[in-house]
Amino acid sequence: MSNEGVIYRISGPVVTATGMSAGMYDVVRVGNEGLMGEVIELHGDKAVIQVYEDTSGMRPGEPVINTGETLSVSLGPGLLTQIYDGIQRPLPTLEEVMGVFITRGVDADAFDLEKKWTFEPVVEKGTAVEGGQVIGHVQETETIVHKIMVPPTMSGVIKSIKSGDFNVTETVCVLEDGGEIQMMQKWPVRTPRPYRQKYAPDTPLVTGMRILDFLFPLAKGGAAGIPGPFGSGKTVTQQSLAKYSDAQIVVYIGCGERGNEMTEVLDEFPHLIDPNTGKPLMNRTVMIANTSNMPVAAREASVYTGITIAEYFRDMGYDVALMADSTSRWAEAMREISSRLEEMPGEEGYPAYLSSRIAEFYERAGRVETKNGDDGSVTVIGAVSPPGGDISEPVSQGTLRIVKVFWGLDAGLARQRHFPAINWLNSYSLYPQSLNQWFRDNIAQDFPEVRTQISGLLQVESELQEIVQLVGSDALPVDQQLTLEVARMIREYFLQQNGFHEVDAFCDINLQYSMSKAILSFQDAAKNAMAAGAQLNDVVNVPARTALMRGRFEKGYVDTIESMVKDMVDEIAATVEEN
Amino acid sequence: MTGKEYRTITDVKGPLVFLNKTEPVAFGEIVSLRLADGSIKNGQVLDTSDDLVIVQVFEGTAKIDRTAGVTFMGDVFKLPVSTDLVGRILDGAGRPRDGGPDIVAEENADIIGAAINPFSRQSPHDFIQTGISAIDCCTTLVRGQKLPIFSASGLPHNDIALQIARQAKLPGSDEQFIVVFCAMGITAEEYNFFRSDLERTGALENAVLFVNLADDPAVERIITPRLALTAAEYLAFEHDYHVLVIYTDMTNYCDALRQIGAAREEVPGRRGYPGYMYTDLAMLYERAGIVKGKKGSITQFPILTMPGDDITHPIPDLSGYITEGQIVISRELHQQGIYPPINVLPSLSRLMGSCIGAKTTREDHKSVSDQMYAAYAQGRELRGLVAIVGEDALNERDKQLLDFSGVFEDRFLRQSRDEDRSIENTLNLCWELMASIDTKYLVRLDQDWIDKYHPENRS
Repeated sequence: MSNEGVIYRISGPVVTATGMSAGMYDVVRVGNEGLMGEVIELHGDKAVIQVYEDTSGMRPGEPVINTGETLSVSLGPGLLTQIYDGIQRPLPTLEEVMGVFITRGVDADAFDLEKKWTFEPVVEKGTAVEGGQVIGHVQETETIVHKIMVPPTMSGVIKSIKSGDFNVTETVCVLEDGGEIQMMQKWPVRTPRPYRQKYAPDTPLVTGMRILDFLFPLAKGGAAGIPGPFGSGKTVTQQSLAKYSDAQIVVYIGCGERGNEMTEVLDEFPHLIDPNTGKPLMNRTVMIANTSNMPVAAREASVYTGITIAEYFRDMGYDVALMADSTSRWAEAMREISSRLEEMPGEEGYPAYLSSRIAEFYERAGRVETKNGDDGSVTVIGAVSPPGGDISEPVSQGTLRIVKVFWGLDAGLARQRHFPAINWLNSYSLYPQSLNQWFRDNIAQDFPEVRTQISGLLQVESELQEIVQLVGSDALPVDQQLTLEVARMIREYFLQQNGFHEVDAFCDINLQYSMSKAILSFQDAAKNAMAAGAQLNDVVNVPARTALMRGRFEKGYVDTIESMVKDMVDEIAATVEEN
Repeated sequence: MTGKEYRTITDVKGPLVFLNKTEPVAFGEIVSLRLADGSIKNGQVLDTSDDLVIVQVFEGTAKIDRTAGVTFMGDVFKLPVSTDLVGRILDGAGRPRDGGPDIVAEENADIIGAAINPFSRQSPHDFIQTGISAIDCCTTLVRGQKLPIFSASGLPHNDIALQIARQAKLPGSDEQFIVVFCAMGITAEEYNFFRSDLERTGALENAVLFVNLADDPAVERIITPRLALTAAEYLAFEHDYHVLVIYTDMTNYCDALRQIGAAREEVPGRRGYPGYMYTDLAMLYERAGIVKGKKGSITQFPILTMPGDDITHPIPDLSGYITEGQIVISRELHQQGIYPPINVLPSLSRLMGSCIGAKTTREDHKSVSDQMYAAYAQGRELRGLVAIVGEDALNERDKQLLDFSGVFEDRFLRQSRDEDRSIENTLNLCWELMASIDTKYLVRLDQDWIDKYHPENRS
C-alpha cells in the first residue's frame, strides 16, 4: 500500500479513506484542497479521519495523502505574543491570506521562519549534551529569555556551536554524530514531553484574587477546575487569572467559546501591564482561539496544542499557567466525533474514554525537575460548563476526580452581583497542607490559623442564616448578630473583588493577610466594646470602619491599612463611653 | 455531473432518502427529486460514500417512492443575494412567497457561512437604544451582539421583539436598521401579526422575511435561519447595512434538528437532542458581530420558548452558553398584567460594560443600573420573608426596599407597547424611583452622581 489513498465516505467532519497505509494519529491531507486531518480509527484497509476544516463539497474518490507524521506543534522563538487557532495556524496570518472569514485549505507557519534571532550559546564545543538540555539563549521578548534546548530525542557531544543572528530553521549546533540542532523543534501534541521527575508542589500560584489565594490556594504545578453555569463569571475569572497570576508564561486556550469574547481579550491584553514585571502582559502570553463555530475537530486538538506549548516553556524552567476555557466544549467535540464514528456511548452520549482523556490532560500539569536540571511547572486551570449548572454531569465529575482544587461558581451569587461568584461553602483546595509552610515563611507565622478562623466564621454564618430565614435577625442574641456582621464584612470587604477596578483587581498576598487581620481586629474590638455595654448598631456604624472598607479601592492601601485599623479600634472603644 | 438522473433509492425513512450506486456525490450537495406525478422536491446530501448516499429532503418525504428520480445539482446550497432582497418575503427555502419575481442574483452565497476569524472581529461598543427601560438600563443591547429572548408559550415575546425592531436606534444617529426576520415553525396567525405590524409601521420596506410556518416542512427549518443569516451577512458586509436579525422560534429549529438526528439513528445527547447541537447553534449565533474594515453589523435577537418554563432545558441552556446574555420573560410578571414582563434578575447583557458611560449613554448609568438591580433583588427577596413574618417585622430599610420592588415593576418595567423612552428619560425615571429609598441605603451610587442627579439635589 502506498501513502496515497482515496476518499470512500464523508460524514461531516469525519472522512473515511481506502487504499492508504496509515497508522493511528497520522496527519493526512484530504481531498483536492489538501485539508488537514488526523487518522483516528483503522478498519481493515479503511482509515477513519477527523478533518480540521469544513468538508462541504468534497466527494468520494478525491485523493488522501498520508504525511506519515503525527499532529505536532512547532516550538521555538516567536511563540510568545502569538494567537493561534486550534492547530497552531496564526490568526493574523490567516487574516492576511483569506480575509476576515476563515475559509479552508490554507497552511500557515506557526511563526515567522525568516526572522533573525540573536542566539547566545551557553555550552561549549566538546560538551556532552542530552535531550532537553539548554544549549543557548534568545531574548524573545523584553521579559522572557527563550532557552534553546536539545530536542528530547537527541543527545551527543557538541562538535560545533554558533553564536549570532539566525532564523529558526538555520542550524546553530552540530553534534559529533552529525545531528543538527535548529532553534525550532517539533513535538507531537498527544505525547507529554519528558522530564526527570515530578515533585510535590510547595509554592502557591499567587493570583491576586483574595478568595482564591487566601481560602482556596492553588499550587504551582497543580490543577484546578472551575465549573459554573452560564453567566456566573467563568470567563472573567479565567481572564483575571491570565492577567494577574504570578506565572512567568501564560497559555490561554479559548476552546469553543464566543468570538466576541476572544476579541475582547485580544484587544485588551496588549494594553495591560503585568503587575509582577511592569511590562506588557502580551510578552508572556500565547493564545489559542478556536471559537464555537470553528471546526470541531480543531477544537478537540486545541487543548493538546496548548498544553504542549506549556510543557515546552516548562522545560526551560519556567512556571507556566494554562487556562482552558472551556473544557466542556472540548469534551463535546470528543462526543461529536465519537458519535460520527458510531462508537458505543457512555454517559449522556459522551464516549466511554471521556474520563481517561480528561485525566490524561490534567496529569500533564505538574512541578518537575526538567531534563536540564531546573525546576519548572505547568499549572492547569480548566473551566467547565455543566448543562444547567448541574455538576453531576460526566465532564464535571471526570474533572473533579482528578483536580485538587475546585472553585465552584454559583449563579445565585452572580445574581446578587457578588463577584467573583465563587461559592465559599462548597469550593475546596487540597493544597493548604503542602503550602502552609510557604505561607508561614513568606507571609506570616499565623497565616494558616487566620485562614481557619475566617473560613470558620463563614461556616457559622451559613448555619445562622438558616435561622434568620425563619425568624429574622433581630431574634438572635447580640453575639450571634455580631458574628453575622463580621461574616458580612468578610463577604463584602474581603471576598468580593472588582475584577475591572484599577486597584482592587489585583490584591497582593501580604495585603490579603492584613485585610483578614483587620476583620478579626474588628471582631475583637466589637466584642470587647459590647461586653462593656456598647450597642451593636453603634459599633458597626463607626465611620472609621466604613473608611477602612472603602480604602481597598485606593492606591497605597497596604501602607495605610494599619493606621486605619487602629482608628477603627479606637472609635469602637469610644462607643462604650457614649452609652 | 448535473443532469444525470438516478433511480436507485433503496430506503426512505422520516425525512431521509437512502440511495446507492451513484457517481461520486459531494458532501452537502443539493439534490432535486422528481416524483412520479412530476412534482419536485429538494434536499441536501448528509452522508456520502461509494456505496450509499443519504439525502435529507426539505419538503418532507411524502409520496416519494423507489421510482423517484434523483438528480445531484453539483453544488452546495447557495442563496442568490442582491439588494433587491430588501422588502421581499421569501419562504423557508428562499423562494418568493409574496408573488413577486425571483431574486436576480448579484452573487450566489454559500449558506453555511464561514467562521469570522476572531482576530478580525471588532469589539462591539455602540449602544442601541430600544426605548424599553428594562433593556436599556439593565441589559443594554450593543450593536453586533447576539441577545436572545428566553420566553415561554403564552408570553408576549413577539410584541417585545417587534417593539425592539420598531424602536431600535443609535441615539443621535438616523442610521436605520434593516430587519431580517426569520420564522421557523410559527403559526400563520403569529406570522400575520408580525407582517401586519411591520406593514403598519412601514418597516416592511426595510425588511427581508424568511418564512417557514408550522405547516411547512419541518426539515426545511434547518436551512431557513442559514438563508436569513446569509442575506444578513451580504447586506451587512457587502452593503454596509446595520442588520437586526430576529428569529423565532429557536425551539422549533432545535426540534427539527432532533428529528433528523433520530431518523439517522444518531446517538442522542440530553433529552434526545443531538450531541452536536451546541456546535450547530454556535454556527448560527456566531454569525453576529462586526468585522474590521466593514461598516455594517449584524445584531441578533433569537427568540426561544423554554419548554415547561425550564431555563435548564438543553435549548436555552446551550443558547445561554453561546449568546452574549439573555432577556428572560417572566410568567409571574405577565400575570400581574405588566408589559413588558422582563425579569431583570436572571437577564444579562455581557457586552453592556463596553457601551455605557459618559461617552455613549450617561456617566451615572453603571451605578444606577447596579443600584436598581440590587435594590429590586433585595426587595423581591423580602417578599418571601414578608409572607412568613408579616410586614410589621421589617425594619425601616427593608420596608423601603420592599415598597421599591413594587414601584420598580409598576413604573420602571411597565410601559406601553408604543412608548419609546430615551435613555435620558429612563435614567431620570430611575432616580425618581430610587428617591423613595433613603440615600444612606443607596450604597452602590457614587456620591458625585447623588449630588448631581438625585431629585432632591436637582430641584
